[in-house]
Amino acid sequence: MIELALVYGFIALALALLCTAWRLSFGPTMPDRILALDTMVIDALALVILYGIHHGRSVLFEAAILIAMVGFISTVAYCRFILRGDVIE
Amino acid sequence: MLMFIAEILVALLIVIGSTFALIGSFGLVKLPDLVTRLHGPTKATTLGVGAVLIASMVYFTVLEGEFSFHELVITLFLFLTAPLTANIIAKAYMHRHIRHDSLPPTNRTEGWATYDPPGEEGPLVPTQKPVTEPPATPPAKA
Repeated sequence: MIELALVYGFIALALALLCTAWRLSFGPTMPDRILALDTMVIDALALVILYGIHHGRSVLFEAAILIAMVGFISTVAYCRFILRGDVIE
Repeated sequence: MLMFIAEILVALLIVIGSTFALIGSFGLVKLPDLVTRLHGPTKATTLGVGAVLIASMVYFTVLEGEFSFHELVITLFLFLTAPLTANIIAKAYMHRHIRHDSLPPTNRTEGWATYDPPGEEGPLVPTQKPVTEPPATPPAKA
């Protein structure tokens, strides 16, 4: 049963990543693309977690924590670059 | 019996979580404006990832027999950072694409946080004109 749910989850998250890739390519404004990248990071995080369940390994959570932190910091840095013209003043 | 209930719980949480993530990311494509588009990823996708993380926690605790609390850390981190990213993305959008004099008045001594200095000085530009139409968003250059 978990295997079927995992297959469904992989397909749904792949479609979600395609949606974010569409917005990343055609988003009319710059904050749209930043938002699409942030969502893409969160979807990829969920995909990594599902992969960990699929293989029964809990080692992948360190990778998930790293992805979450790097995604948040890069989003803030990019927005700050737009707002202030510089990342660290 | 416990195994069976845990399996059903994990499968249900995986399905619910990935569906919520898909709905949130689809809202990113469907909705018309960035300020409305912010709702999808910040609420639905965060909830979906939270459900997937709880499913993973139940799976590794009950079915694999190893207690893991990494997921709680990730969930806490995501729930803390989602409002922050939404706030700062909205601020960047307002900074680039919304004119100051098209905003409604704040009806208090301080002005808008993105445009006006903090404190009691009040807004630099009087914001009286209400928003009648969404501001024109020229395509970004790069």
